[in-house]
Amino acid sequence: MENQFFVDNDLLSDEALERKHRLETDPSFRTDHMKYLEGMEVISSDIRSKVINEMESYDETKYTARDVVAALESESCTIEGLKALLSPAAEPFLERMAQRARLETSKHFGNTVYLFTPLYIANYCENYCVYCGFNCYNKIRRMKLSAEQIEREMKVIADSGMEEILILTGESRAQSDVEYIGNACRLARKYFRMVGLEIYPVNTDEYRYLHKCGADYVTVFQETYDSGKYETLHLAGHKRVWPYRFDAQERALMGGMRGVAFSALLGLSDFRKDALATALHAYYLQRKYPHAEISLSCPRLRPIINNDKINPLDVSESRLCQIICAYRIFLPFAGITVSSRESASFRNGIVKIAATKVSAGVSTGIGDHESKYSGKETDAAQGDEQFEIDDNRSLDKMYTDISGEGLQPVLNDYLYV
Amino acid sequence: MNNNDKLIIGGHEFDSRFILGSGKYSLNLIKAAVEYAGAQIITLAVRRANTKEEENILDFIPDNVTLLPNTSGARNAEEAVRIARLARELGCGDFVKVEIMRDAKYLLPDNQETIKATEILAKEGFVVMPYMYPDLNVARDLVNAGAASVMPLASPIGSNKGLATKEFIQILIDEIDLPIIVDAGIGRPSQACEAMEMGAAAIMANTALATAGDLPIMASAFRQAVEAGRKAYLSGLGRVLTRGASASDPLTGFLHN
Repeated sequence: MENQFFVDNDLLSDEALERKHRLETDPSFRTDHMKYLEGMEVISSDIRSKVINEMESYDETKYTARDVVAALESESCTIEGLKALLSPAAEPFLERMAQRARLETSKHFGNTVYLFTPLYIANYCENYCVYCGFNCYNKIRRMKLSAEQIEREMKVIADSGMEEILILTGESRAQSDVEYIGNACRLARKYFRMVGLEIYPVNTDEYRYLHKCGADYVTVFQETYDSGKYETLHLAGHKRVWPYRFDAQERALMGGMRGVAFSALLGLSDFRKDALATALHAYYLQRKYPHAEISLSCPRLRPIINNDKINPLDVSESRLCQIICAYRIFLPFAGITVSSRESASFRNGIVKIAATKVSAGVSTGIGDHESKYSGKETDAAQGDEQFEIDDNRSLDKMYTDISGEGLQPVLNDYLYV
Repeated sequence: MNNNDKLIIGGHEFDSRFILGSGKYSLNLIKAAVEYAGAQIITLAVRRANTKEEENILDFIPDNVTLLPNTSGARNAEEAVRIARLARELGCGDFVKVEIMRDAKYLLPDNQETIKATEILAKEGFVVMPYMYPDLNVARDLVNAGAASVMPLASPIGSNKGLATKEFIQILIDEIDLPIIVDAGIGRPSQACEAMEMGAAAIMANTALATAGDLPIMASAFRQAVEAGRKAYLSGLGRVLTRGASASDPLTGFLHN
């Protein structure tokens, strides 16, 4: 079964609707997703070819129980070991994988769990990514926060006790340019110890500028590492350019960022190949930039406004757990973030095994923290959400729950130097 | 045992030779860990102390222990110096453990940058305790740079693998006049004991406690192991036969006939 992503919007003009339909049905109408657009920096790097070669040659059916046991019993996990752990043959070994993952997590992180919250400052988007609530053809309330509104939101979040923030935007350079995002970073430095960014990919000099503004971590989701599949899901806009997105983390490190995060959106394509490519993307980049702090996210597809049927297909919770354990065993030192897309019970369980970072007090909408945090109705305009979250626990609740599991919640372990 | 057996670092005297880490376990266990370990020095990451009041790790550390802030997160000497100065501003005192890592995977220390940072910080009046990869030449440079102790790693941080660098730590113990404090990789009390028997001045552990089933009990086990090892070192270990038996007729007996 496949997700049915295409939803029409009654506000679209006939012309816009026709263009939308042609993008959806006529591949020749779309641009070349492997060709850089004007202004996109091209860097020289062999990481992409290494990752893709490994991914394309991965035959999940080749691995047996014996390979899985060998991977679990060897002291350090090789790429072959990772492939075995991600294969169907590993599914009966999930408990053993979890035991090993927990051991590795405790060696590197003890029993600490880091907390953060995302802040969406704009939801304008120039792309047509068919699964995303922000896509340019989706009928949602659009909004971009002013500097005053951003500061107000940040104050509300900081007052809750949060010390780390992840600033997000829809992918629109026209509405949310680099300077606008840089200003948000400067404001964030006043209220938070640590500032991360999850925005459209930019060039090295722009990452350098954003680093100077106070951001130190960059997250870019590749969505799927299968460029052929990617092409059918990202039908228009600059995000369609797959290789430019792939190199974003490397440009961020070249621009002086301390750390980078990687992810495939599980459920879009072959999840085993995508998980393999995500881990290898992080692995090869860390080998090239040994000082880089790396982390992995593991989001699954979620319902969006106007399409509540979207789901992660064959990526069940136990398969997600398998992926996360494999990530941990292969990359024991990497941070692993599990977002509020997942249920409270899943997140409570996975922080005891492998996840080192969870979000709390989450909204994926624009300008709604005050009403969500205080419960007060406001007249202020709000922008719609990118996707539906599952776990809506507040910071206080999350802090208490994590402590209750015998773990130590940590609000900050970072210095901007 | 000699009651005057003190650990002296930068002119400060300590009875305990077990330095405790703080960063990997629950804050409300710190007090118990300090008590059971009998620790007088506890390390903490400045970056972790750089927080708002509600959960500040500093609030959980008993007043009577000496804080040893570390510069973790520093990727070069300049960053380490900045973090050390911030530690002073935060009221963490003058002790500083210099940790400089350019490698996020193994967290191995950068010896060259560590020497540079040690020199700058020692001149600024810090009691500098550099974390280093055990290399005799580097240790000598650290002495010349003004270090108050030298902290060689036993094996990679968090690995609990014990004295992987044993031979090289022994060389530092034999050749360097400053206290040699074995740091990183000590996973069991028996390993701590062994390092103390070798003549290490103190042991530092964090992950071994954090990952133990019962942290306070493991803390007290380490305390006893460190004390046992120290006593053994001071008493002079008995001979160990490496091969065969001891010749009852000395080979040089003919000289006395």
